[in-house]
Amino acid sequence: MRTVRTLLRTPEGAIGLGLLAVLALVALLAPVLSPGDPLRIAGRALIAPFTDPAFPLGTDRLGRDVLAGIVHGARTSLAVGLAAALAALAIGLCVGLAAGFAGGIVDEALMRVTDAFQIVPSFLLALAFVSVVGASAPVVVLAIALGAWADPARLTRAQVLSVRERDYVAAARVIGMHPAEIAVREILPNVLPPVLALSAIIVAAAILTEAALSFLGLGDPNIVTWGSMIAEGRNVLRSAPFLSIFPGLALVATVVGVYLLSEGLGKALADGREA
Amino acid sequence: MTALCEIRQLRVTYRGQPAPALDGIDLDIRAGERLAIIGESGSGKSTFARALADLLPGGASVAGELRWAAGHAPRAGRDIGFVFQDPAASLNPVLTIGEQVAEGARRHLGLSRKEGRLRALEMLERVRLPDPEKTLDAFPHQLSGGQRQRVAIAAALAAKPGLLIADEPTSALDMVVQAEIVALLGDLVRDGGMTLVFITHDIALASGFADRVAIFRDGTLVEAGPTGRVLAAPRAAYTAALIASHRDLATPPLIGEAGR
Amino acid sequence: MTLLEAKDLCKRYASGGRQVAALDGVSLTLAAGETLGLAGASGSGKSTLARVLTRLVPPDGGAVRFEGEDWLALSGEGLRRRRARMQMVFQDVLGAFNPRATVGAVIGDPLRIHAVVPKADRAREVAALLDRVGLPASYAARSIRDLSGGQRQRVAIARAIAPRPALVVLDEAVSALDVSLRERMLELLVALQRERGIAYLFVSHDLAVLSAVSHRLAIMEAGRIVETGPAAQVIGDPRSPAGQALVRAVPVLKRPD
Repeated sequence: MRTVRTLLRTPEGAIGLGLLAVLALVALLAPVLSPGDPLRIAGRALIAPFTDPAFPLGTDRLGRDVLAGIVHGARTSLAVGLAAALAALAIGLCVGLAAGFAGGIVDEALMRVTDAFQIVPSFLLALAFVSVVGASAPVVVLAIALGAWADPARLTRAQVLSVRERDYVAAARVIGMHPAEIAVREILPNVLPPVLALSAIIVAAAILTEAALSFLGLGDPNIVTWGSMIAEGRNVLRSAPFLSIFPGLALVATVVGVYLLSEGLGKALADGREA
Repeated sequence: MTALCEIRQLRVTYRGQPAPALDGIDLDIRAGERLAIIGESGSGKSTFARALADLLPGGASVAGELRWAAGHAPRAGRDIGFVFQDPAASLNPVLTIGEQVAEGARRHLGLSRKEGRLRALEMLERVRLPDPEKTLDAFPHQLSGGQRQRVAIAAALAAKPGLLIADEPTSALDMVVQAEIVALLGDLVRDGGMTLVFITHDIALASGFADRVAIFRDGTLVEAGPTGRVLAAPRAAYTAALIASHRDLATPPLIGEAGR
Repeated sequence: MTLLEAKDLCKRYASGGRQVAALDGVSLTLAAGETLGLAGASGSGKSTLARVLTRLVPPDGGAVRFEGEDWLALSGEGLRRRRARMQMVFQDVLGAFNPRATVGAVIGDPLRIHAVVPKADRAREVAALLDRVGLPASYAARSIRDLSGGQRQRVAIARAIAPRPALVVLDEAVSALDVSLRERMLELLVALQRERGIAYLFVSHDLAVLSAVSHRLAIMEAGRIVETGPAAQVIGDPRSPAGQALVRAVPVLKRPD
């Protein structure tokens, strides 16, 4: 559609989309690119990177293939990042729409709850949640979502309040449109664009939070993640810094890709709104 | 009359647009005159105003010449005052009226804070705002549209520029306020010996006070000349059409005689 | 036959700690097929009156009878169904259309909601309406955003007449248009009135526009109607200061003698 084409025309959108497309491909093709369990011991310990063709990025203290870790870690980062962002958006949209449409005491109550979740630093909230409930992938997803839903909720509500006052909503009422239809056809499609633009940032933050949780040992212990790889490398940071640097670079590339995409998305969607 | 500015072959193209917004404009602005630029939407009249005031967005390419009598381009605020169409958007909502009106005067005339405030008060009185003392400390949102536009005019004139450009200053206001603002502008310009360039889409409005009119259409200058001559004997068919499509209270109504 | 009768409408707003009367006991009548011009400066309450009559804003007091019914008492499904009889054309500022809508959808909505024609005939009716307002039928597929101001306003008129209303409220409907377009729009409105017997309540601050299309005029000031009568009479001999100011404010083409 028009938006996608505009997106690709912006340099940010094109680069961001490119980076993330590579990442997604790597994540999807992980079992093809690096068959076998990435956590298995594949060779000698601490092989330096770019020396052994069988292990292009070297091995860690236990002899696990770093490249396999990066490739499979991409799956975790993307999956957790996307799932957490989707959950945060779903919760945020529901709360924001309810508050914006209902008004009155419902609006007040929902906004005070949103305030509470916004005040607590999202990382600490996720940390506390995972510590209490236990570390597994779904719990991590929920923990990140709990810290991230408040911003989209607020933005959605602001958008609803603003769009409701527009003349085209009044026109829909004058024609005799049912309020439910007005909400879904007139208001919602015009509320979504800025919230969707925000979603890219939520994905980036979710990926970083997941990495941080794994780094602290609070991620799912049964899967390889970039955060846990960085944590592993901490012990041999002086002698084998590459163990932490490679997953770190992967994280940077992912987050930069997401940010660039969100910039491009913001520009492309701004075109699509009231000109 | 000497020319304040000679515009020769002015062409303006906005970035990313294939066609120029203005093309081949040859026009003189005479010192002390009241010139009305008349055109419909898309005629390029606002682009012309901004080109004169050097307010075009970055990336807009400008060709042609603007020969100013002073030898150099007019300095914003000091030699040129600009009044925009939307008074709500051209005033800063977080600054008081007094601060905004004084700003230009203080910067260009080097006035102190106190002197600036006095000058602002003087300007608010000259634009005939009710209760100017109180208005100095008020904020834009507390004023009506017409009052805000008076403030915008006061701010534009605070540093005593020689040229005032008003870009559709009354289009966002109702008819009654429009008449007042136009009368105010006419008086201020005459008292101050300033030159006025007034952009509008309303030929009748312009005919009420302009010495000369210039008709723009689709980025070109169709016709220019003394108001009386252009209205009595328009040389271009477009001008004649504009005059014909004007409607005032004397024009016969569209509904039938017997009311149906 | 009286189509619309409003009595003592009141609407108050709290503004800056004070109560402001946007409408202060407004009464008016409108006959079928006639145009009542509602003139006033900004803040006179004319837009508020338009919004109260179209049930967009509830009044604080007063009564309205429309087509013999208590108009303000209707609600829910009953109101929505009767809305087909009273439509509105807004000033075409950026917010008047859903930016994502197509022309066909905009005009088709009232047709669908009020089942004006069977579903199979809807596309044809949209094409007929587009043709009536002077736009090619192919425009139905276009996005509203791609249209010029004048074209959008024609679509607005098509949307307003689609459900076959008895009354259309026009709130500064031609104010944002170029002067050359205005005349054609007014001609279209007058023609539609003659063909379909639609009554208009035309709100504007421009007496020249109102003089072109109104049978009767009402002048508003500070929430009250201060003068009313046949259009030619009010314009020719305005009694109220507000009316006189509005008459004086119309720019006249000054030709040299």
